[in-house]
Formats: sequence, C-alpha cells, structure tokens
Amino acid sequence: MADEKDREEIIVAEFHKKIKEAFEVFDHESNNTVDVREIGTIIRSLGCCPTEGELHDLIAEVEEEEPTGYIRFEKFLPVMTEILLERRYRPIPEDVLLRAFEVLDSAKRGFLTKDELIKYMTEEGEPFSQEEMEEMLSAAIDPESNSIHYKDYITMMVIDEN
Amino acid sequence: MGSGTSTRHHFAFQNAERAFKAAALIQRWYRRYMARLEMRRRCTWSIFQSIEYAGQQDQVKLHDFFSYLMDHFIPSSHNERDFLTRMFTEDRFAQDSEMEKCSDYESIEVPDSYTGPRLSFPLLPDHATALIEAFRLKQQLHARYVLNLLYETKKHLVQLPNINRVSTCYSEEITVCGDLHGQLDDLIFIFYKNGLPSPERSYVFNGDFVDRGKDSVEILMILFAFMLVYPKEFHLNRGNHEDHMVNLRYGFTKEVMNKYKIVSTMRCKTRQKSEKQMEEKGKANRKSSAQEPIPWFLPQSRSLPSSPLRLSSYKAHKTSRSSSIPCGGCLDRRELSRQVRSSVELELERCRQQAGLLVTRQKEEPSCSASEADSEAGELQKPTQEEWRQVVDILWSDPMAQEGCKANTIRGGGCYFGPDVTQQLLQKYNLQFLIRSHECKPEGYEFCHNRKVLTIFSASNYYEVGSNRGAYVKLGPALTPHIVQYQTNKVTNTLTMRQRISRVEESALRALREKLFAHSSDLLSEFKKHDADKVGLITLSDWAAAVESVLHLGLPWRMLRSQLVNSSADNMLEYKSWLKNLAKEQVSHENIQSSLLETLYRNRSNLETIFRIIDSDHSGFISLDEFRQTWKLLSSHMNIDITDDCICDLARSIDFNKDGHIDINEFLEAFRLVEKSCLEGDTSECPQATNAKDSGCNSPGAC
Repeated sequence: MADEKDREEIIVAEFHKKIKEAFEVFDHESNNTVDVREIGTIIRSLGCCPTEGELHDLIAEVEEEEPTGYIRFEKFLPVMTEILLERRYRPIPEDVLLRAFEVLDSAKRGFLTKDELIKYMTEEGEPFSQEEMEEMLSAAIDPESNSIHYKDYITMMVIDEN
Repeated sequence: MGSGTSTRHHFAFQNAERAFKAAALIQRWYRRYMARLEMRRRCTWSIFQSIEYAGQQDQVKLHDFFSYLMDHFIPSSHNERDFLTRMFTEDRFAQDSEMEKCSDYESIEVPDSYTGPRLSFPLLPDHATALIEAFRLKQQLHARYVLNLLYETKKHLVQLPNINRVSTCYSEEITVCGDLHGQLDDLIFIFYKNGLPSPERSYVFNGDFVDRGKDSVEILMILFAFMLVYPKEFHLNRGNHEDHMVNLRYGFTKEVMNKYKIVSTMRCKTRQKSEKQMEEKGKANRKSSAQEPIPWFLPQSRSLPSSPLRLSSYKAHKTSRSSSIPCGGCLDRRELSRQVRSSVELELERCRQQAGLLVTRQKEEPSCSASEADSEAGELQKPTQEEWRQVVDILWSDPMAQEGCKANTIRGGGCYFGPDVTQQLLQKYNLQFLIRSHECKPEGYEFCHNRKVLTIFSASNYYEVGSNRGAYVKLGPALTPHIVQYQTNKVTNTLTMRQRISRVEESALRALREKLFAHSSDLLSEFKKHDADKVGLITLSDWAAAVESVLHLGLPWRMLRSQLVNSSADNMLEYKSWLKNLAKEQVSHENIQSSLLETLYRNRSNLETIFRIIDSDHSGFISLDEFRQTWKLLSSHMNIDITDDCICDLARSIDFNKDGHIDINEFLEAFRLVEKSCLEGDTSECPQATNAKDSGCNSPGAC
C-alpha cells in the first residue's frame, strides 16, 4: 500500500546515497566513472561478499557494450541497488567460516601448517594470487609454530572489523 | 569390488568437494576483508587530506582577515592603534635592522663546552657532511653558527635570478626531491641512498622544507650548507611553506622558538626596553613619513631567509629552459628590486631569443609577467595584486583531470589546472614536462596529464606513521624519470598492512572527532532540524546529511559512520548523548564552559597564529592585554560570540605568570588532545616494534 511504497522509497534513497559515496571514493577524475578493477572493492565494501565468479558476472552486467576499462555510475547504480534490495551475496557468519577451516583441518588439530594453508589457498577454490597469499600469511601465520591457529585468527580479524 | 570402491570414491569425491568449497569460502571471506581494508585506507586518506586543506583555507582566510583589518579597522584607542601598528608595520622587519640582527652573530660567544659542529666560512663540503652527521646524532647547531649560515645564505640568494638552470651533460644525473616538511629522517635517507651532493650529482629541492615535522631547522641548515658549497649544482625552489604566515601556523616558528630558547628569553627581558624605544621611533615615524605600512605578511614578502626570495615551486624540466616566474615586487630598497627585476627580464629575454620568439614584449597571460614587471620598473615597492596572485598561483595550485582552469577553492588559494593548460605551457616554452610537489601522494609520486606532470613528494609517513611513501626522481641525460620510493620508519616494517592501516585510521578518526566536537553547537542545531517531533532521535541517514552540511569536508560519512557512531538500535541515533560523548573524549577543563571550549578548538590554529604574530620578539609571552585584544579582533571579524568576561575568566583559569604575561605554549597545550603515547620512530615505546635493526642511518622501508 502507500505506506509500504513510501518505506521502500526511503530505503532505496538511502541505498542510492550509500552507493554514490562508495563509488565516489574511487572516482578519481570526478567524472562519475571508476576503473573496472575497483568495482570488486566497491561492491564488497557495501556489505556484499560475492565470489570471484559472481563478481565477473556482475562486471559484465555493468560494463559498456564495448568495454572501456571504466564503469559508469549510471549503469552501476541500478544494478547495485537491486543487489542491496535483494540482500544478495550475504557476508559469511563467523561460525560458518570456522567450520570451513575445520573441514581443511581433517586431523582436528586446531591449526593448519603454513604449507597446508598455501596449498589450499593457491590450488583450491578460486586460487589466491601470490600477492594475496603473501599478505594473508603475514598476518595469519604464527612465526614460532609456522602455522595458523584459525580460531584465534578469525577472532582477531573479526574484532578488527568492528 | 563394486559398491565398496564406489563408496570410497564417493567419499573421496565428497571430501575433495568439501575441501574445494571450504577453500572457496575462506577466499571469498578474505577478499571481502581486504576490500574493506582498502576502502578504510582510502577513507582515512580523504580524512587527512580534507582536514589539511580545510586548515589551509583557514590560513588564507586569516590572511584576508589581516588585509581587511588593514583596510577597515579603525582603532578606537591609543592602545589599539599601537597594537595594530606593531602587528602590521614593516618597522620590526626593517631591512637594516634585519641585516643587523643577522650579522650580529659575531657577538655571540660559543662556549668551550659546546660539542656540536663548528662552521667557518667559506664553507667546505666537509662542513656540510659534518652537519648531517651531527644532526643524525641529535646534536643542535649553536645559534651563532645558525645566524652565520643564514647570513651567508642570504647573501647568496639575493644575487640569484628567479630562474635557475641545471643541465644534464653526458655523465650527470639530476635528482629532484619534493616536500620534506621538517622530516630529517627522509633527507638523511635520500643522501644515504642516493649519495651526497657533489659536482657530479646535482640536486633540486622543490620547496616546503619546513613546518609540520620536527626538524625544520636542521633541514634548512643542511640544505643551505650544500647550496653554499655547491652553488652551481645544488638548487632550492620555493614552496608555499616558505612563507612567514604559514610558518606561524604550521610549526616552524614554534620549533625555532623551542630550540633556541635562550635567545628568546633574552629578548623577553629586553622587550620592555625595546618597547619604549619603539614608541619613540613610532612617534618619530608618524611625524615624518606618510609611508603606508607595508604588508609584511603577504606571501612573497617573507620567507626564510627573509630576502626577496622568489623561486619556483614548479621545476619545469629542461632541455633548454624553465618556466618563468613572476618577479613579485621587492619590499626592500628600490635599488635591489630594480636589479632583481632586470635580471629576470634579461633571463626571460634570453630564453625567448633562444626559443626564436619575438623579442618585443607583449602582454601575455599571467605565466609570463616580466612585461608587467618592467612596465613598473623602479616605481612601486609594494607588490601589485596581480603579482601577488601570480605567486600564489605558482605556489598553491594543483593539477586536475578536467580541462580548463578554475579556482582552487579547497585550498583557498591558487587554481586547478587541466591537461590543456599544461600542454599550452610546455609547448609555449618548449619544455618536456613539469615536475612539481605540494601534494602528498600515497606512493610518494604520481604522474598525470599524460605523464607530462609529475608530482614528487619526499616526506614519507606525512600524515601518520604508515600513511604514505616518500619518493625522489632521478633524471639522466635523456631526461627519463627514474623514481625511487621509501618509507623511513622502523615501526612500519614490523607491522602488517592491517595494523598499519589501523594505526593511520585511528589517528585520522581522532582528528575528525576533534573537528566534530569543535562544531558541536552547529551540529546540535542541524540535528534538531531533522528532529521535528523533538524526540531526541534522528535517522543515521539524517546524521550523515547534517554532518556534511556543517563540516563541508566532502567525506564519505556513511562509510565512516560505523566508526564514528556506536551501533544504535533500529538505525536511530540519540544525538545529544552522542555529542556529549564527543566532548568527553577531548581534554577539557571542567571549569570552562563547553561552548567556549568548542570555540577555542575551532579557532585554535588561528589563535596560535595570531598569538605568534603578536609576540613580535618571539619571547613566547604575550601580555594579558594583548590576549584580550586578540580575542576582540578575532571575534569581531570572524563572528565569534564570546563576551569579554568570558575571556577574562578563561585567562584567569589558566596558570600564567603573575607578571601579567601569558605563556603562549602553556595556553595552547591546555587545549590539546592527549598525544598518542607511541611516538614516531621511538621504538622503545611502541609495543608492536620488534627487533628493529639500526643499519647506521635508518632502515629504509621496502621500496
């Protein structure tokens, strides 16, 4: 009814402002475009957690017919608004993340060795680049045991987020 | 057989699939985490930059304030007139007495107990290197040598043309460095990594040597020393911080006062005596000359050293020539000004001839002003508005992506210029590209305008430890730029990216919260507008809109919101308690009214600048009367609502010397935030630093 429509409009208006803000952080030339390589960062910082594959599909949706390497705000806005309204690509809860680590830690030791982590992250799933791997190692690996105690790691990262 | 193996395969397959999915999940989560970190890093950068530029706007406004006062303020009493006269007249900077003061170094005795470097002139390369070593060991150069060096430097600078040329012969390299801002570690690192200046190794420093960092004096000593030792190979350009007014606000004046305290206190004692003398002199002057008070605070009139120093902060690189710089009018004797002006004309004429341009002078656009200069040759001592604007344009402007040229409203001075302007300039003077500084860049450098403009910034960790790299650029005979980056802080090496970003972010947020506090009253009224029902609650969306409309910082408030506002139920914010919490965070005096406190915070930088201006003999003290007069001036022009009684109460609540003088530093310290306990470069206090090695000079950051 009228009330609900109003409420949705308000929500959409707020989404528009949020999306515009995030977009502008990367709009270096102030001409309502961003480099396509920054789209992932923008989408993720708006609360979404897509896979790389899903990201590629999204980019295809907002790109120009003849890809220019830039994404225009006018194309990005409606797509992103829809994603937020449908609450797509929800972030991963802490306990699910913990279970994922536990799956990889079949022996249930409470940790993964550095080599194991590298193997999984660079050979399975949507593999990390070398840079991504190095960055993760620098924060995750306990230098004395050369392993990642994933429960502590998760706790640390989550606190940092908040 | 059949089902056994297939079950095993089935499980194996399931396990592999589960591992695959688990890995994918972790990666997905991690990438989102990194993206948010990146966003936080960008936002933090925006915060620092917008606060810095807002401060610069203030600076320009302050300058306008003084101009306004000069033109309109009618002193209502004898005291006020004297006060103004002291502030505005050139008397205290009269060229004669200035030179006298400088050459007064001879009367200063250096005690035997002094173990620092001793200089003798003419300087030798060894003297210059000895300075670097001494400063690295945290020694301080004796005042006598400082003054001596300044005196010699001034003599040298006075005879330099506005445009200097450096050439790359076959084997030579030129190194261009950007802003240093008093960060001695960066300068030492550059010399360590790139080599000391020498006849085979030319250096150009693109201004902004002082302010903000804590070793501006030392940097100047080193730079001046090398300039005297290698006058042909070592060059200094002027930046917007080579300006007295800017120095008063941004820390250089304060540093000098703190480091050379004895000289200051001596002056305080003689102050009253000289005040009397000034009075006599003042009276005499008033009778004799109708000379207009010369605005000493205009940008081009004062820089260090205080000679008519007009060098370019743009170092246009040359195969043949450099861009012209307007000869801002000289405030000294006519002789000198004519000489300097004509040398500029000659230089420009030569450039034009070499470029095959017509020698007849035409009125061109501001970038070439010699024509204007010579039309006024020998007439005005005072710089014209036009000339002043040109200098401001050169020292304050920034490149932009769009074509055209528009006023730089963010900084409050200079302009934004587009690629077409650059193209025009380069073509007109047959230049290859432009190297400039003035803007901090995360990587220490940035190309723009199709790689025709290079911004080079040499102060690493400028906003905060871990905020950015510094860089310098080397040019060989082919003029291909080769950039070297660094980050000189032992602590940054031991931190993960996450930790580095967190630290910088914390610092930025603290600064931002202080700014918010400083506008509490305005914020409250803005919030109330969104709270028509007077419930005491507003939506978070309204919060963002309100904050932007008050602060005008252009920041992504919704992105920052989670860190500025505690998560509230159903998206509503109790704004009054939020404001109260902001106030609690700041250092405060319970007996001072919070609105007064707020006003102080908002105008702290202006206040400090004005105080230092009043404190003309740099003693660190101003009288209670001057303090009151300052407030009156400020409040009348800047619409600050404070009663005289409040000021008196304020003064009384601060401990000041019973002789009716206020220690400026004491007053300002009372309203500072608690400094973070982990100081830059001081690893002993910093919990995160682990075995930071000292490789002699500094451990350079990873490039």
